[in-house]
Amino acid sequence: MDVEKIIKEVLEELKKNTSQKGNDIDEHSPDARTFTHDERKIVSVDNPKNLQTIEHARSLTPARIGIGRTGTRMKTKHYLDFRIDHAAAQDAVFKDVDDSVLKELNLPELRSRAKDQEEYLMNLDAGRKLDKASAEWLTTHSEKDKQVQIVVSDGLSSTGVEETIPDLLPALIQGLQVKGITFGQPVFIKKSRVWVQDEVATLTNCDVVISLIGERPGLATSKSVSAYLVYRPNEKTVEADRTVFSNIHEGGVPPVEAGAYLADVISEMLRHKASGVRFASRKKE
Amino acid sequence: MRLTCELKNSHFQFHSVREVLAKASEEKSGDTMAKIGAASSLERMAAKLVLSELQLTDIYENPVIPYETDETTQIIYDDMNKLIYQSIASWTVGELRNYILSHDTNASDLKKLSRGLTSEMISAAAKLMSSLDLVLASQKMKHQAHCNTTIGEPGRLAFRCQANHPIDNIDGIIASVKEGLSYGSGDAVIGINPNNESVESVSRILTATHEFIEKWEIPTQNCTLAHITTQMEALRTGAPIALMFQSLAGSQVANEDFGVSKAILDEAHDLMKTKGTSAGPNFFYFETGQGSEVSLGAHADVDMQTLEARTYGYAKHWKPFMVNNVSGFIGPETLYDGRQVIRADLEDLFMGKLHNLPMGIAPTYTNHMNADQNDQEIAGMLTTVGGANFYMGVPGGDDVMLSYQDTSYHDDASLREMLGLRPLAEFEKWLEKMGIMENGRLTKHAGDLSIFDE
Repeated sequence: MDVEKIIKEVLEELKKNTSQKGNDIDEHSPDARTFTHDERKIVSVDNPKNLQTIEHARSLTPARIGIGRTGTRMKTKHYLDFRIDHAAAQDAVFKDVDDSVLKELNLPELRSRAKDQEEYLMNLDAGRKLDKASAEWLTTHSEKDKQVQIVVSDGLSSTGVEETIPDLLPALIQGLQVKGITFGQPVFIKKSRVWVQDEVATLTNCDVVISLIGERPGLATSKSVSAYLVYRPNEKTVEADRTVFSNIHEGGVPPVEAGAYLADVISEMLRHKASGVRFASRKKE
Repeated sequence: MRLTCELKNSHFQFHSVREVLAKASEEKSGDTMAKIGAASSLERMAAKLVLSELQLTDIYENPVIPYETDETTQIIYDDMNKLIYQSIASWTVGELRNYILSHDTNASDLKKLSRGLTSEMISAAAKLMSSLDLVLASQKMKHQAHCNTTIGEPGRLAFRCQANHPIDNIDGIIASVKEGLSYGSGDAVIGINPNNESVESVSRILTATHEFIEKWEIPTQNCTLAHITTQMEALRTGAPIALMFQSLAGSQVANEDFGVSKAILDEAHDLMKTKGTSAGPNFFYFETGQGSEVSLGAHADVDMQTLEARTYGYAKHWKPFMVNNVSGFIGPETLYDGRQVIRADLEDLFMGKLHNLPMGIAPTYTNHMNADQNDQEIAGMLTTVGGANFYMGVPGGDDVMLSYQDTSYHDDASLREMLGLRPLAEFEKWLEKMGIMENGRLTKHAGDLSIFDE
């Protein structure tokens, strides 16, 4: 079956569903019209010197280049593409991670102190601390004194957890196993921020905590995940003590590759007993 | 200190200059989160009223973070001109505002005034000013600096070509650089945010942008927005750097969080003098922005706007080539919506200029805040009217590496043409040579990156 045929069938199915939901528009009436967003990224520079050059440049980056202009402004299609992507990204912030994904990944679900998304967005501290039940669970059930503890956080993108973690997490775990690095069972912490890793480190008494956290959705992707690593955090730990590795998703750093790379970084960190700027400026042998 | 205010049959009390400053701020979610903002609209006005009657000496004697314990405060106080300060110490903040806006006060007067003010005084004046006040006052001031190009000349508006790539693919970066240049963006700097912060990767980007600039003989400078210590290491190992970047904040604790201090900045400046590729004498590019301290838990009960002013007071010590805010980059917990971002951009432009800084603006928004393209464009137009030196230039306004929105190459060209502003002088000649611009307008070849085909 060719792609166009599939798309057509899917669209027809969607149309059926829409009308089933009690939509009172009759699409069979003679004045009914359907509009579909053309998602192709097309080069639309007027009379370019070399169209192929621009098409090739387009293939090198997800950035919005080769889009041409009318006067000094964007052409209508590109302006609307931008606004549509922004609308989708805004909506993505308010979705929760699907339970079935957590089950498949065998991740116990802990929570921060943020009761809802509004509190999570507006009160940083709420997302930086575990709620009472989660802290107790970690105290009782987590494996202590391991070298590494992995934390998965939804952060600002549940889509990032759903789409990227299923490839990233197994690759990271495999990398640690190959190197003989010990780690406790990874956990998921709902509505949590990076700094929650400090509390996790204290409760599990591990050397390195690595947080895999959904990045705020961009227009190009909402699947991106960042890894934040810290070596033995304490009350004096600052931002510059954390090592960050961002843009992990299929269109950025591929998740499987990132998992293997992060295992290497962790192994180095354990050897140098440091993270962040101090780790970055270590003497390479 | 005990300051009380009777207003509309209500009674308000404040315990410090710091509290008055915080409560006199326009509403911002970061100050609310820090629990230091005004509790009601009338309390906000009571604080503004009290502030308008405080003398500059009250503010001088009560820095929001003590001199003894904070390097930022020390630099601000040590760098100011005490003679000029003494001549205005008895002014009230209300009188300071009147002086700034008066027809009798010109650019040169303000340049001199600046040297007698602490950052808190500048923040205080801004709290008594409306949008129009801030734009008009900003218009009066224009500060120049020189790296390879001269930025800040009257009638000129520059742009940083921000050609980021999610995984630092060099060909992808250069493709976006070409696109930006073809719209006339890149005279402030070709400045890339690296995804991979390793010295090797940062050096690779620096070499690529440097070679491109050399090959096409572009009058501009290159830069990567890596941590300053990474750039210093790159510079020591021979990477070509024309402009050195660092993010700054308004308190010592927050700057320590950023991994930066006076000692590091001094060392970097010396390194640029001896190993950098550019003419100078202005070698630094600083980014700032309201809300960084509160998101680091380092606000010390000082409001975001005053901390931003203090960041400028700190930054000017190193005579930067460019300073811009990125208020709006963090999210709704610091600036809730478009209205708060626009206000912050206007405050930042005014406060930066009254610190005698070559100030640019980055009107930005993220996808988890209540703002959109319309708000951003309003902030862009207003601050251009206010005479910002430069903006960012991002392909299609969508930064695919940092996942936020900033001014686009299209917006850059639009802001110039709307107000008849020209690119930086040397760069404009280059655009003409390349056939991209004629008489200050884009030609039909603009926007076509294939003009760089050989």
